[in-house]
Amino acid sequence: MNTPWLTILILLPLVGTAVTAVSPRGVARQVGLGFAAATLAFAAVIASRYQLNGGWQFEEQHTWIEAFGVHYAVGIDGLGLVMVLLTSALVPIVMLASWHDADDRNPAHYFALMLALQAASLAVFVATDVFLFYVVFEATLIPAYFLIGGYGRVGRGRAAVKFLVYQLAGGLIMLGSVIGLYVVAANQGEPTYLLSDLAALDIDPVTQRWLFLGFFVAFAIKAPMFPVHTWLADTTAEATPGTSVLLVCVLDKIGTFGMLRFCLGLLPNASEWATPAVVILALISIVYGAVVAIGQVDMLRLIGLTSLSHFGFIVLGIFVFTPQGASGAILYMVNHGIGTAALLLLAGYLVKRRGTPAIKAFGGVEKVTPVLAGLFLIAGLAAAGLPGLSPFVSEILVMISAFDYAWWAGAVAVSGIVLAAIYMLWLYQRVMTGPTAPEVAEFKDLNRREVGAVAPLILALVLFGFYPMPILDVINPTVDTILEQVGVSDDGPVVETATEGGH
Amino acid sequence: MEFVKPEVQYFEVAPMLIVYAAACLGVVIEAFLPRPLRFTAQVVVTVGSLVAAFVMTILVALDLEKLGDGRAYGLLGLNGTLAIDGPTVFLWGLLLLLAIAGALLFAERSLEGGLTAFSGQAAAMPGSESERQASVRGLEHTEIFPLLLFAVGGMLLFPASNDLITMFIALEVLSLPLYLLCGLARRRRLLSQEAAMKYFLLGAFSSGFFLYGVALIYGYTGSMGFAEINEAIRNDVGNQALLLTGMGLLAVGLLFKVGAAPFHSWTPDVYQGAPTPVTAFMAAATKAAAFGALLRLFYVAFGNERWTWQPMLWVIAILTMLVGAVLAIAQSDIKRMLAYSSVAHTGFLLTGVIGLQSAGQLAEGEVTALQAVLFYLVTYGFSTLGAFAIVSLVRDASGEATHLSRWAGLGKESPLVAGTFALFLLAMAGIPLTSGFVGKWAVFAAALSAGAWPVVAAAIGASIVAAFFYVRVILLMYFSEPVGDGPSVTKPSLMTSGVIAVGAVVTVVLGIVPGPVLDLAARAGEFIR
Repeated sequence: MNTPWLTILILLPLVGTAVTAVSPRGVARQVGLGFAAATLAFAAVIASRYQLNGGWQFEEQHTWIEAFGVHYAVGIDGLGLVMVLLTSALVPIVMLASWHDADDRNPAHYFALMLALQAASLAVFVATDVFLFYVVFEATLIPAYFLIGGYGRVGRGRAAVKFLVYQLAGGLIMLGSVIGLYVVAANQGEPTYLLSDLAALDIDPVTQRWLFLGFFVAFAIKAPMFPVHTWLADTTAEATPGTSVLLVCVLDKIGTFGMLRFCLGLLPNASEWATPAVVILALISIVYGAVVAIGQVDMLRLIGLTSLSHFGFIVLGIFVFTPQGASGAILYMVNHGIGTAALLLLAGYLVKRRGTPAIKAFGGVEKVTPVLAGLFLIAGLAAAGLPGLSPFVSEILVMISAFDYAWWAGAVAVSGIVLAAIYMLWLYQRVMTGPTAPEVAEFKDLNRREVGAVAPLILALVLFGFYPMPILDVINPTVDTILEQVGVSDDGPVVETATEGGH
Repeated sequence: MEFVKPEVQYFEVAPMLIVYAAACLGVVIEAFLPRPLRFTAQVVVTVGSLVAAFVMTILVALDLEKLGDGRAYGLLGLNGTLAIDGPTVFLWGLLLLLAIAGALLFAERSLEGGLTAFSGQAAAMPGSESERQASVRGLEHTEIFPLLLFAVGGMLLFPASNDLITMFIALEVLSLPLYLLCGLARRRRLLSQEAAMKYFLLGAFSSGFFLYGVALIYGYTGSMGFAEINEAIRNDVGNQALLLTGMGLLAVGLLFKVGAAPFHSWTPDVYQGAPTPVTAFMAAATKAAAFGALLRLFYVAFGNERWTWQPMLWVIAILTMLVGAVLAIAQSDIKRMLAYSSVAHTGFLLTGVIGLQSAGQLAEGEVTALQAVLFYLVTYGFSTLGAFAIVSLVRDASGEATHLSRWAGLGKESPLVAGTFALFLLAMAGIPLTSGFVGKWAVFAAALSAGAWPVVAAAIGASIVAAFFYVRVILLMYFSEPVGDGPSVTKPSLMTSGVIAVGAVVTVVLGIVPGPVLDLAARAGEFIR
């Protein structure tokens, strides 16, 4: 029973990084994909052994730096599991989709960096020691920096610096809070960084607020939220679509993951104290992201900014403190990961064919490449929250709890959906319909590799749209635990609650 | 006053004696050995004596006696003028390791086509016929090795000195050879001589300040010894104005040596002008020695007066970090940039110094300020040494290519060198999984624990600013197209590459398993009186 499951899960892509980096040019991509697939398979095995309602599982704990009270401690709960699965599933898909993206440079390095990013991200999602979390949280930045700066379009160098400086700034601010936690723990007896020990601390309200601010700023930059989102659009516009998928769909989730795990988990009082401000910021993000997206002339930038709006929904769901909200937010994290990945990759296919992401350079694509257009439409509608596709489920959950929190919060959030329909459908109209431009007429439709990469995502969108229960079953126990820490019990106007009351 | 014959603890002071003896031997070699033999002889004597001193330091460390409640080790030597305690021995070990690395860099001859990086004939005017002659005849100054040893000797004495006179002598012994060494560059000699001149003048001023402070403190306490000063302050015997002024003047002298703002202005000029091996050694070792002395002076002599000096150091620390980080952004020369970055690091170290708390205020096993600063000195010392060693490799026809634009595209030219340099930069920026992060964490934790949260907040701000210029250099090396011919990396001998490799290994290992060194710093315990 002592198999270090999670350590192996982290080591697999890490070993893959080293092996891929030194592989000969010809087979490096196959090797990289092999390791990514192996990681996915291993994650699936972990998922199959995971017990619902089992609390923390697969835990390991070893002393790392005794002087700092730091442990190498890992474990997963429902939240961790879905994020691990999302990460493991997206990496092979992205590799497949960006098979030829780095052909002009060194594909071995490109694939190795992706695996390194995966290893660090997986470690983030399974860390149960705050120091370990911080270390791997920052470690994700290095491969991400080289992915952005090394591959992509002309302005990528500047985008990479902007990305890294933003993230480092957030990280350093969080460092203040991480150290603060240590001092608090030391003052109460023993320096420690274990989540379980820290959750038991009694931190006075004022200190909690300062610590909360440090964590929250870092996670808000990561997520990103208004007004610290400006790196996002630049990065998605300049990096390769594959890199953008990993950034937006995996790395950015660390932000909202961290809010749930650390802000709510460790600093419940301060989280409640900050709720009004955070809700307002989330609402601004929803509306502002959508409005700015409408005005974009660059397809990749547009999709990047829609994420700002989506992350607004996620943060809103987290900070309204209801079970529906939190479940919806976590579900949203998964669905956004799937939907935006599909959209970005498909947009990447378009950009690759046309050579520019400028929307006005396209037109009438659907007549030339019906498969590409059809898939793009499904992914676009998913992003716009069409019922029957998975993001709808999470949006409705968040929306219900937003109305439950305050009518105006719900009202503003709903407007986000209307705006989403505008930016998505208008994008589709400009790119896919109308007279076919001469350059577009020569487009080839998707080949088998390209379809194969996106198909699982589209299938997942449809599947989870009709049947989200597998994910909800995994995350609901975690949601209950988190909300218990915050001290919220379920009193929402939900049918389920009413029947429970009747018994 | 009766003369008391000092009792010399030969065993405990042996590391210093070995270095001084070797330095004197070096002078003799210089006088009597024929020129062709000198270089080899000097290198052997220098490296050999440093290694011997290091081994001796380990023996001394193993033999130190526990004092009192076991929080401190060691003994007072030579009638109380030297304190050979845990922190002293820790710093000796660090200084000797840095000195060995420095000596290897000094002895590097592959980069200048078979000659060292030092001037062939220092007395020859730059651009003159005799300089050309010296160059043609392949002359070398092998005096650099005894000079290095004298400087190392002063550095060993500096953190061990337990009274003000000894500390002043140590200050001078370590400084004078460094002034000379700074002026001995083979290339860009005017710049080098200007650097030496500036360093000497400002250093002389700061020594003056220090000496004035010594006099005032003597006036207040009637003693030079740290234990007596501490006692006098506790009993509040004299004129408070004398004490405060004296403390301030002493601080000026030491803060100059560590390069804290507003006494940092020599740093960029000297770091840029000095021969790169000297810069590497000086940046790493001087800082360690001077911080050792600073810690001892403020913790041991003025520990009871910390409510007056802590606010002063708060201001200095904040100022130093901000000045270093902000001015580094504007630099276009890699050595100047690293110099300003070292100023910022001085600020981070001072942040740790501020974290002094009495043992009762700390939880069991909590990081102490002394432990944090000692650890930071190790991490900083090795990454700086490594970084400057790499600077000496990137060259063009006119010598080292220190202008930042010449570093563009280095990642393509030499991935290994660029990668290692990036590692050192990331360590200096404090990115996790490098030693710099653990060091930064430790000093911030110590300061925060002592309630210095404004300083920590400023330190975080400065770190953010600093991250920008480190990242910019990495960007330049990897993602910019080379200008013109691009930079070229000269293949060094095993000595320089060994130093770089050791620096890189220490940087990575201390980032991943800092435990042993942290424990060692904790085991060093407290200063003794």
